[in-house]
Amino acid sequence: MSLRLVVLALAAFLTVPTVVVIAVSFNPTAILSFPPAGFSLRWYVNVLTYPQFQRAALNTVLVTAWAVALALPIGTLAALALERARLRGRNLWAAALLSPLVVPGVAAGLGFLILASSLGLLRSRSVLIAAHVALVLPFVVRSVWVSVKNLDPALERAAASLGATPWRVFRRVTLPLLRPGLFAGALFAVVVSVNEFVVSLFISTRVTEILPVAMFTYVVNYTDPTIAALSTLFILATFLAVWVADRYLGLGRVFLQH
Amino acid sequence: MKFLLTPAVVVLAVFAAALGALFRWSLLEFIPGSLRPGGLTLANFRSVLAPQYLDTVWETVLLSAATTLLTLVLSYPVAYALARTPSRRARSALLVLTLAPFFTGAIVRTYAWVLVLGNAVVTWPLPMLFTERGVLVGLVHFSMPSMILVLAAALSHIDPAYERAAASLGARPARVFWRVTLPLSMPGIVSGGLIVFAWTLSAFATPELLGGGKVKMIANVVKDLGLDSFNWPGAAAFAMVALALTLALLAGLGRLTAGRAA
Repeated sequence: MSLRLVVLALAAFLTVPTVVVIAVSFNPTAILSFPPAGFSLRWYVNVLTYPQFQRAALNTVLVTAWAVALALPIGTLAALALERARLRGRNLWAAALLSPLVVPGVAAGLGFLILASSLGLLRSRSVLIAAHVALVLPFVVRSVWVSVKNLDPALERAAASLGATPWRVFRRVTLPLLRPGLFAGALFAVVVSVNEFVVSLFISTRVTEILPVAMFTYVVNYTDPTIAALSTLFILATFLAVWVADRYLGLGRVFLQH
Repeated sequence: MKFLLTPAVVVLAVFAAALGALFRWSLLEFIPGSLRPGGLTLANFRSVLAPQYLDTVWETVLLSAATTLLTLVLSYPVAYALARTPSRRARSALLVLTLAPFFTGAIVRTYAWVLVLGNAVVTWPLPMLFTERGVLVGLVHFSMPSMILVLAAALSHIDPAYERAAASLGARPARVFWRVTLPLSMPGIVSGGLIVFAWTLSAFATPELLGGGKVKMIANVVKDLGLDSFNWPGAAAFAMVALALTLALLAGLGRLTAGRAA
């Protein structure tokens, strides 16, 4: 069937850049050639020994860990309130919570830069972490909110009527039932934070910059396939995360709600 | 229960403070050679209206429109296959293929296109790297995953019984598509289109790397002004233009969806 051919061609269009990056990352020479002149891991050695990438990798782990650790509880509480509190203008609240998603990166980035400089915080990681919390919060709220909606309050009432304290109900009934939303929210938050580029570019220095910013600087200054190797590692990690998520959460359920 | 929102409100307040600082600086006078601004002025917005900057705005809008149209056309078949293929396995594979670039960051994806468009192995019939064509390819590739997801969600809400009914009454497949499937998927087309358009308006990494300084969109000029020329007031004014464009579009989207609900 011809639709099948078209879909295959489009899937190829989506995939080709990834394939090229992976192929180039094993290329032994700095100048690209096809078919590859051989097989080499020298660009991977380069990635792992380049001090700026080591520093940026550490920053990425720090910033993402802080951002997710803060955004997950904040977003979960907000999702609970959105669904269950007697709120006037619930839709407005939801829109406000999701609003960081729609602000252009350069506007948010420059705003945070100006804010950081007026507070004298340009050199610290705190503004970077605050910005990441704001940027990943919408993803946490959205994912957890879906789980809260699917949670039958009768289960909590049953636990309470059997004598569980509110805290125990929350710990033993509510939280476990929210687990799919929490997992999905955390996964999104990690992926968004690890890949966040534009805002981070504005508010980081060489000392605090995260990997996407370091990669950008490298691409602008050098043309060798080191970034292809680093990209391959990124793609590998991403594929693993997506595969695991699909396996255990069912991405279809998250993205295509029938 | 309302108090549970407090921490989230604090986060939003910080975000709002950043945008407030942006707005305030867009109204302050730029003093060359100094990071300190002068007094209140509208000069930044006046210079945004100068021809060279207006050209950038125009170029950005044109590129965004072209990206949106191409993305729609190229995403539809994939979304259709995703929503309708009976094989669970094929759907899973297609979903992973679609989502994988979605989960890989802007830099990796753009760098991949630098390699594809700028290599010495394949000779493109037209120059691609550092041209608008190349930027367009990168932008479309970047937008397709989200468009596919939005369209697939819309298509999976359509009951196939409508299409079967049309076919059983004698409509040819093409006619079923144009008269039944396409109109019913309009909500997805509109919201996907607006999302991609708004998103592309503020694209940065793709034009920065694939445009190589020759193709500049609004975000690139904001970065040039703010990070390279240290003209924060001018950059802030230009960023406010981007913000206003995006908000206007989303207000339009909100109106459309509200109109449907009513």
